[in-house]
Amino acid sequence: MSAVVAVDPAAAVARTRPHSTMPETLSQTLSMAWRAMKKMRRNPEQFFDVTIQPLLFTAMFAYIFGGAISGNVSKYLPLMIPGIVAQTVLTTCMATGVQLREDMDKGVFDRFKSLPMARIAPLAGPMVADLVRYLIAASLTFLTGMAIGYRPHGGVGGVLAAIVLSIFTGWAIAWIFTWVGTIAKNARSVQGISMMILFPLTFLSNAFVPASTLPGWLRDFVKINPVSHLVSATRDLANNSTISAEVGWTLLAGVVVIAVFAPLSVRTYKRSL
Amino acid sequence: MTTTAAVRATGLIKTFDTVRAVDGIDLDISRGEIFGVLGPNGAGKTTMLRMLATLLPIDAGRAEIFGVDVAAEPHRIRQLVGVTGQYASVDEDLTATENLWLFGRLQGLRAAESRATARRLLAQFGLEDAADKTISQFSGGMRRRLDLAASLIMRPPLIFLDEPTTGLDPRTRNQMWDTIRGLVADGCTVLLTTQYLDEADQLADRIAVIDHGRKVAEGTPDELKTSVGESTLQLQLASNADQVLACDVVRRALGIDPVLTPESRRMTVPLGEADRAGDVLIGLRQAGIHITSVSVDKPTLDEVFMAITGRDPGNTEQDARDEIALEVAR
Repeated sequence: MSAVVAVDPAAAVARTRPHSTMPETLSQTLSMAWRAMKKMRRNPEQFFDVTIQPLLFTAMFAYIFGGAISGNVSKYLPLMIPGIVAQTVLTTCMATGVQLREDMDKGVFDRFKSLPMARIAPLAGPMVADLVRYLIAASLTFLTGMAIGYRPHGGVGGVLAAIVLSIFTGWAIAWIFTWVGTIAKNARSVQGISMMILFPLTFLSNAFVPASTLPGWLRDFVKINPVSHLVSATRDLANNSTISAEVGWTLLAGVVVIAVFAPLSVRTYKRSL
Repeated sequence: MTTTAAVRATGLIKTFDTVRAVDGIDLDISRGEIFGVLGPNGAGKTTMLRMLATLLPIDAGRAEIFGVDVAAEPHRIRQLVGVTGQYASVDEDLTATENLWLFGRLQGLRAAESRATARRLLAQFGLEDAADKTISQFSGGMRRRLDLAASLIMRPPLIFLDEPTTGLDPRTRNQMWDTIRGLVADGCTVLLTTQYLDEADQLADRIAVIDHGRKVAEGTPDELKTSVGESTLQLQLASNADQVLACDVVRRALGIDPVLTPESRRMTVPLGEADRAGDVLIGLRQAGIHITSVSVDKPTLDEVFMAITGRDPGNTEQDARDEIALEVAR
């Protein structure tokens, strides 16, 4: 064990810097994303939810609700597919929180905490890797829909724009679940809390039924629910290729969620040291 | 040139609910030494280390590392300290190379630099053959070595080792000791915690004995040994029935109480001078107490520990209970 130059404490102290710079933070986040990708590739069962769910839910909802809500399946698809896209993307973000909690309980997180890293990097890194999962979930839903007869009039451009918007919204909403991941005691309680957030968000929206069929008090909630905005925006993009005000509301909601929950998550993560 | 201490801490306190895990500890560790923190499970060693490593907030007191305040500038501290935890803090799902590469990247090494550093460290720690194995396939000893290697990527001037050899077989333990000595030869300062007295004795230049969150003794291994007397008289009684009587004899002859180990019918008597052993033996003969063995030795750190804390370091029942109380409080 003979290193070339002896360790010099004075020089080491002089080299230290008080904070991570922006480029360092970005590079650390990407390194953490690399780690998350490696882990995904080694545990392919992590892709179950984003592959099975779009296939299963799209087919199931189409054939169960299609006749009742829209008269027949093909008329229901333009209404429903954007709803399923929102739902699968949201379910995917829930997994972000659960996995973060599981990860944080492992010994390696002690190492991350002891390294001079920006505190947001271990949280944001896996979320960057999760973009792949949102992409799979959103694309597969559209593909399944098309396989059973959905013909999006928005064309390729409209569908791609809808997918990008869903991915962004999923990424933004994932910060809520990341925050839950940092405050909950264990992975199971993250799952429980996340379900309680997820179900009202997806079902109390216009994802599966037209809002006009709902009682007044419920309609009011549905109107302000960000998931409704995402669903409406996705419908406008994929079905008509129009960029409506709903797109703007969705983006705004996403930015607000990030602005609130990213700092909250970093704060609780720091405290959990 | 001013030589600020590697670690200087005063009045460190950490409370978990109602349990004071660390209860006013002072430390002064010079550059280039191996400083051992010795104590049973639950004594507060790990908690203290985690506070110094910025992994736990400091409730009260103050700590500086190479003159940098731990509470005020945690990011700087993290650049100065390499931490090797009690439980290997490496990623189970990644290979050895990937782990070191990731930790290098996270600390600002470029991709190629990080790869070269990983290769050098794996060679240095004899892990080349396991470079592409995932950690879940590693043995305990290999994990510890990789964990230590991961702490050395940026060659930090101060290394914290939390029970580096707990659970390792003797051969692996000796290798780890050599590695630790090598670190100091390279100019590092090492702060290590251990439950093993011989480990502290072998490695440490100075030792702090910690019990129930307080420092109960500090000094070089020799100083600590001398503090309990120059030598110790070890007696094995023929029968445990004579124990009380034998204690009386020792008390009359030397004015002190022996330390008893009834399971093996042993008594340990600290002696100011080895000559006084004769007084005890004469007394025992006069009282008609039979002994099966007798020896006069230099005290071991075990005896030091027992003399200071009044407990046998091997008797961990009380410690286990403390540990549980601490866990519950947490």
